[in-house]
Amino acid sequence: MAEQRIKVIIAKPGLDGHDRGAKVVARALVEAGMEVVYLGLQQTPESIVRAAVEEDADVVGISILSGAHMTHFRRIKELMDGQGLGDRLLTGGGIIPTKDQAKLKEIGVEKVFGPGDDLQEIIDYIRHWRAAQGR
Amino acid sequence: MYRGKLWTMRQFSGMGTPEQTNLRYKFLLEKGQTGLSVAFDNPTLYGRDSDHPLSQGEVGKTGVAVDTLDDMERLFRDIPLADVSTSMTINAPAAWIFAMFLANAENHGIPFARLQGTLQNDILKEYIAQKEWIFPPEPHLRLITDLMVFCRDHVPQWNTISISGYHIREAGSTAAQELAFTLADGFCYVEHALKAGMDIDEFAPRLSFFFNSHLDFFEEIAKLRAARRIWARHMKKRYKAKSPRSWLCRFHVQTAGCSLTAQQPEINVVRTALEALAGVLGGCQSLHTNSMDEALALPSEKAVEIALRTQQIIAFESGVANVIDPLGGSYYVERLTRDLEEEAERYFKRIDALGGVVRAIEQGFFQREITRAAYEYQMGLSRRKKILVGVNEFVNTGQRLEIPVLEIDESIERDQIRRLAEIKERRDNQAVRSRLEALRKAAAGSENLIPPLLEAVRVHAALGEISEALVKVFGEYREQPFY
Repeated sequence: MAEQRIKVIIAKPGLDGHDRGAKVVARALVEAGMEVVYLGLQQTPESIVRAAVEEDADVVGISILSGAHMTHFRRIKELMDGQGLGDRLLTGGGIIPTKDQAKLKEIGVEKVFGPGDDLQEIIDYIRHWRAAQGR
Repeated sequence: MYRGKLWTMRQFSGMGTPEQTNLRYKFLLEKGQTGLSVAFDNPTLYGRDSDHPLSQGEVGKTGVAVDTLDDMERLFRDIPLADVSTSMTINAPAAWIFAMFLANAENHGIPFARLQGTLQNDILKEYIAQKEWIFPPEPHLRLITDLMVFCRDHVPQWNTISISGYHIREAGSTAAQELAFTLADGFCYVEHALKAGMDIDEFAPRLSFFFNSHLDFFEEIAKLRAARRIWARHMKKRYKAKSPRSWLCRFHVQTAGCSLTAQQPEINVVRTALEALAGVLGGCQSLHTNSMDEALALPSEKAVEIALRTQQIIAFESGVANVIDPLGGSYYVERLTRDLEEEAERYFKRIDALGGVVRAIEQGFFQREITRAAYEYQMGLSRRKKILVGVNEFVNTGQRLEIPVLEIDESIERDQIRRLAEIKERRDNQAVRSRLEALRKAAAGSENLIPPLLEAVRVHAALGEISEALVKVFGEYREQPFY
């Protein structure tokens, strides 16, 4: 029986336009055999979670370099929990200070990625999460 | 060249409130910087006010928040605008930010003709790379040519546009793509200005450029030399410019932000120094050197001081500023220059075949080229074909060295919103409404929009209110995401 492809939403919430990382990650995930829905820029937590519901996404990955990460992650997690996606993986990357990463763990965002992290780490993280779900 | 006049030491800078940023400008001037460069926050870059719902969490985080003329006044308080040039990195709402700058100068009795500086005002590269737009291309291009005409007549020392490759490179392009796409954008602006009825020599001398200085030392120098040669040739041959000042490719350089590492941040000082040296050997007119902590945050005082001192050491100690184009004649640099020039010319043909820059943007040509280059660069790092010291080689595992970084407090957003509310209450709202209506009418017609913009900002119309008035006429741009 064929393994179902992992479906990942990649999006940038808010006004940060630096999409190099998001695009490179999107491409890498596609190369790794995942299905990527790339929403692009100027998304809102609402538009991102709406797409996640519509696509029945396994993973929501957001990219933020503007310093607005706490606001956006909190809201997205809240919406995901409220709309039956509480068991999906919420992750992301960008410029997120270490002390904020600890705060993100507390709200259920286990791991985020940053400058210098290798693409393979991101791919492995998502695959391991999926394997642990047994889906 | 530098013997007569050194490049301008111009550190890109802005954070939080106008007052905070004003202090940082005074600090930088006191440390010896010779020109100002304004970094605005995300809401401002998109032409939105601090109290807009989509500005939440973003006010003052990546630059200074400017909503009204009042903020502009506070930003430049006690700074001699008649004596120091100011560069403003603003694109979509450049014209109304510029109007606020002019109105502020006016309020301080400074004639427009005395003002020196640059507006980035380069919308084409926004669609390609930096992603800060409001309207579709044509209305933005109209605003750009309106500004060129206005400056020709009233602000003759102002560089109306800073045609940029920096952001294209930061988005992941190669050096050749940065060179080609920037100059192609330049030709597009030239053609629009000519179509608007200006004579080439009336506006070309006030076009300026902005390039990246990345890690490959000789390639970067060659890229800057190629830019000068290509621009001069096209201006003379294709556009028939007669004034030698029209043939010049004057540019600002910023050392590559994307080359900075979060790991072992102190060694970014060395990267920046080499990149700055390349910019100088490449002949830049103006230079910004990154701070070591900029992979993590906006620069701290300590870090930006080191960045400035880096320029001063190059300028006053190294001797490289004593000769024009010192690498001219080097077999290697001449060969690299020629190769980049040829690659750029091949790109120009491809862009022309697609129907020009705007058509190429619509088809995602630049965006796809850049993303492919970015992906290949990242794969190069993954496979260790490209080495980044401290990241994929010479890694200090287990060592967590945290350097003190700048934090932007959440209260800044609340304060800025409160300030804006007070201004909206105090001002003559009748006048604001009528001037915004006049602006809207002018936008629907073909008159120059700078005078009605000036009228609106003088009565404290807010940035976002102006944007909204213009959106009613011009519409909003929605990107089709290519990757």
